[in-house]
Amino acid sequence: MHPEKRSREFYVLAFFFTLFVLFLYGPLSTIFILSFQGPSGGLTFPMNGTSLHWFRNLFEQQAVGDFGGSFRRSMVLGLMTTTITVIVSLLAGLAFRRKFRGSTFLFYLAISSLVIPSILISLGIGLFFQVLGIRPAWWSSGLGAHLTWTLPFGVLIMFAVFNRFSPAYEEAARDLGATPWQTFRYVVLPMIAPSLIGVGLFGFTLSYDEFARTLMTAGTFNTLPLEIYGMTTNVTTPVLYALGTVTTVFSFLIILVALTAIIIVGRRRARIG
Amino acid sequence: MATAAADNGLTISSNKSGKPAAKTRRGLTSPIVSYLQAMPLVLILGLFLLLPILTIAMVSFWDYDSVRIYPDFVTFNYTETLGSWVTWKIYLNTFKFTVIVWLLTMFIGFWVAYFLAFHIRSTTMQIVLFLVCTVPFLTSNIIRMISWVPFLGRNGLINSSLIQLGIVPKPLEFLLFSEFAVVLAMVHLYTLFMVTPIFNTLMRIDRSLVEAARDAGASGFQILTNVIIPLAKPGIAIGSIFVVTLVMGDFITVRFMSGGQSASVGLMMSNQISLLQYPAAAANAVILLIVVLLIVAAILRVVDIRKEL
Repeated sequence: MHPEKRSREFYVLAFFFTLFVLFLYGPLSTIFILSFQGPSGGLTFPMNGTSLHWFRNLFEQQAVGDFGGSFRRSMVLGLMTTTITVIVSLLAGLAFRRKFRGSTFLFYLAISSLVIPSILISLGIGLFFQVLGIRPAWWSSGLGAHLTWTLPFGVLIMFAVFNRFSPAYEEAARDLGATPWQTFRYVVLPMIAPSLIGVGLFGFTLSYDEFARTLMTAGTFNTLPLEIYGMTTNVTTPVLYALGTVTTVFSFLIILVALTAIIIVGRRRARIG
Repeated sequence: MATAAADNGLTISSNKSGKPAAKTRRGLTSPIVSYLQAMPLVLILGLFLLLPILTIAMVSFWDYDSVRIYPDFVTFNYTETLGSWVTWKIYLNTFKFTVIVWLLTMFIGFWVAYFLAFHIRSTTMQIVLFLVCTVPFLTSNIIRMISWVPFLGRNGLINSSLIQLGIVPKPLEFLLFSEFAVVLAMVHLYTLFMVTPIFNTLMRIDRSLVEAARDAGASGFQILTNVIIPLAKPGIAIGSIFVVTLVMGDFITVRFMSGGQSASVGLMMSNQISLLQYPAAAANAVILLIVVLLIVAAILRVVDIRKEL
């Protein structure tokens, strides 16, 4: 494609990039390997045989606290967060296409939701509920805390999408007699669908892995990251790694599903368009 | 000119006279609709961001004992926090982490983004490699912290290889549960926050500027320092905001990776929270919030984020 030769800079940077990727994935892959440790194996190498012992161990209720329950709660919470994040970000993105009174304030409020340290949000929501006399729970205060983390990402993505969105398509639709709803449903929505899936992916994975903001807002029942954190202090067997492997594989699956959906939606659009 | 005036006249008259075609077409653009669309975001951020922060500010003036907190107006939560040399030491320690992690993530983030943006020539490859960098960001932070244990531990991979190679006689103790481990884990967790915004700005640099600089006789290094880095500043600034605020508020990485041997402002707060000293934690939170917002405001003087999206 390009006739020019790769420079020395390329090879130096390619080496640097490879190191970076190894740095990112190396630790993750060791716990992946170590989770298949034999029944008598410990938290570090060498492997004492290989087995699925620790995965079986994981699903025995008493061994590691409430893995099933916390996983279910994290799933439900993630789905709730995703749905709300997608809808609210889309609406806010549409709103931000025009300047309205307070739009700058709202934008900076969303940004500050991103930069204010998580522990502050956690403490704030916890205290807020306590002062109001409401019991915090993962599906109320926990959900709110997660939204303060996922919504800014969603809003920023939608903001960027609509910044590059040409109004010409909507004008054309209107000129052809489409109602505002039809314009939105058949013109705008299909065009931004891949970005919406992206927002949903962020919403789910950020919520599913969120720890600091959940700490004081989850109430009586733990979400999965809280459960994992609890385990780090009292579990000293590779079952911890088995749990890490299971949740990481689950995250990868979600990412894969979302990316496939984005590609399919994009292809379909290309075929029609 | 005349058409514009006519258009203008038409809009005005149509606004006056009920609901002609021009108005229906503009139906969606009325400010009411914008407000309705923005309302859910306003409600959620108001309820779960603004009011909680105001609650923190309020509670920071309350009194407390070992069981509960009392509405009051006392200032000793602040005077105790600010008057203690422990607080200052912990702030200093937090700043130390922040500066080290910021410099490291900026260095790594810039070169990774630069490599992706300027050395990878096919768009597909760019997207694939970018995803390779982003995917870990979407997995659990705690798991990613735990995953350092088999590497850095006393009998971990690094120590056992060093001993086998005869480089050190006995295991290095500073690898895990030390400030070194904290910095390593933070760089591991937060570099992606630098890569993404810098990559975004680098991709938008007009390649003909680089060509022009080269034609004008600039060396590769000169192009980098005089063309690319100045244009990448907004991305670097946004990444810096992310990294600085994440490190300033961090408590979990410091607790887990230092094994209780180091402290940060967030950790101090979380300890106060677990002792139910909410007003003290709240006072700490207000101070931390002011510090963080001041840093962000300083960085924002360099860049207008709205223009960068």
